[in-house]
Amino acid sequence: MAESQIKNFNINFGPQHPAAHGVLRLVLEMDGEVVERADPHIGLLHRGTEKLIEHKTYVQAVGYFDRLDYSSPQNQEHAFALATEKLLGIQAPARGQAIRVLYAEIGRLLNHLMNICAFAMDVGAMTPMLWGFEHREKLMEFCERACGARMHMHYFRPGGVALDVPQELLDDIYEWTPSFLTIVDDMETLLTENRIFKQRTVDIGVINAEQCQDWGFTGANLRASGVAWDLRKAQPYDGYEKYEFQIPVGTNGDCYDRYLIRMLEMRESVKIIRQVIENMPIGPAKSIDHKVTPPKRSEMKHSMEALIHHFKLYTEGFKVPAGEAYAAVEAPKGEFAVYLVSDGTNKPYRCKIRAPGFASLQATEFLSKGHMLADVVANIGSVDVVFGEIDR
Amino acid sequence: MDQALKELGGYIRDTLGSSVEDMGVRLGELTITIRRDDLLKVMKFLKDDANCQFLTLLDVCGVDYPDDDERFEIVYHMLSMTHNNRIRVKLRTDEDTPVDSVTGLFNAANWWEREVWDMFGVAFNDHPDLRRILTDYGFEGHPLRKDFPLTGYIEVRYDDEQKRIVYEPVKLTQEFRTFDFLSPWEGVQRMLPGDEKAEDATEEEAK
Repeated sequence: MAESQIKNFNINFGPQHPAAHGVLRLVLEMDGEVVERADPHIGLLHRGTEKLIEHKTYVQAVGYFDRLDYSSPQNQEHAFALATEKLLGIQAPARGQAIRVLYAEIGRLLNHLMNICAFAMDVGAMTPMLWGFEHREKLMEFCERACGARMHMHYFRPGGVALDVPQELLDDIYEWTPSFLTIVDDMETLLTENRIFKQRTVDIGVINAEQCQDWGFTGANLRASGVAWDLRKAQPYDGYEKYEFQIPVGTNGDCYDRYLIRMLEMRESVKIIRQVIENMPIGPAKSIDHKVTPPKRSEMKHSMEALIHHFKLYTEGFKVPAGEAYAAVEAPKGEFAVYLVSDGTNKPYRCKIRAPGFASLQATEFLSKGHMLADVVANIGSVDVVFGEIDR
Repeated sequence: MDQALKELGGYIRDTLGSSVEDMGVRLGELTITIRRDDLLKVMKFLKDDANCQFLTLLDVCGVDYPDDDERFEIVYHMLSMTHNNRIRVKLRTDEDTPVDSVTGLFNAANWWEREVWDMFGVAFNDHPDLRRILTDYGFEGHPLRKDFPLTGYIEVRYDDEQKRIVYEPVKLTQEFRTFDFLSPWEGVQRMLPGDEKAEDATEEEAK
């Protein structure tokens, strides 16, 4: 029998593949069923967000942040609001901060539900998707009741939040929390001890603590490898230090641990939500400095100054002192940060968006090398990527 | 917090000597400006020194100042989880001068540097794979430069007759408009006609 030359096989995964979590084109070099090289091609969803923001006022820029990571829009706005406030030297009032924390945690639930359900579907479990998205819809209703939009909230603005929340909404969220914990329990019975799920995830895509830091991992992906690092504890912002919650930490740094961490984080988020509502401060929800935040509509009916403020804010916007600021928040996917350079005008000179998914996706080849083709899908699902924020 | 950062910045400046051109703490953030050629030395020190331990490179980005001689500022954000500190490292370069790549020290730098190359056209020495990353295949130009127009040069549409995507030069149905909302009184740089009289008057008063 003649000796035959065996060549590696190149396959093109995506960009239109349900397990690619959006528009990822992955060029894979396969040796049989084993991955030799993985080269992610990103940028298919690039919309030039940073360039657009340079041409918009600070007030107009908020909306672009919703459209980055569209599974948890409010957490992105949070970073931008904090960065702008840092440059302006103002702080949101206590109630504004508490509402932000409340909705940031709702954003975390939205994101983790989406990620766990999609991840489970990637490795073959259909039911969590159906169960989880029902509850996602309830969460989106809470968003809608606060600001009028289900997804793209445009709610966290420099100086506070756009609108105050009514007490009935807070009561409803509070009443809803126990039922959410039940659904988390139900999902755990479906997945955590599921034999097939464990076969697909345990010891797949292992990364240790040093490698995590080297690859710039943050958030749940880092904690799954055993590093107890959470910005909400380490560098608290908007009053996170007032709330009691635990930081779940994993040991193995594999796909299964990343899943477990997200499950536990959802329970901790519910704890924070309950504490926020129990201790909701009374007072204004946004800064009363009307150079930055719009005045009340009722005020505008009889106050000339309020009318001028409103007009100036929505045409010219506010001027931000020259300087630079870097504000990071613990977004559900990791450290989401905004680096703002201001030249003293009403538009950012440069706005760099640090997306956690960018760093996580970069490690695809590292995580997948030597694994089977099907494990690539598990890896991409478990590091939690959304292309809105990666491609910007 | 500021005091501790100042001390850390002072320590870094004293140890690295002339590599560090400027050090400052503003808005609670430590920033050092370094000489371009010493980048690798500085980054290695920041990563390995026991008092620094900036093991995570969070972000590499560029800022364009087209009026300056060395128009690009490359900014590195680093995080030390051991000491709970952050640092920002800045350096300057121009279109032709490449910057040393830090991929040898941090794997995370790979894509961030590709992004800087894509968006600003700053090249990196010894980068393993310096391709474009975010823009389209076959894209020309560097979009985040200040002289690149917001609307770009090329637009894409699906042509129903040819049954394929076609690339065409941008045609704007309406002229691109930018509004300068800055107040005319505060934004004006040059002297308004008649303003010189005011100065003459004050001088005369002084006499």
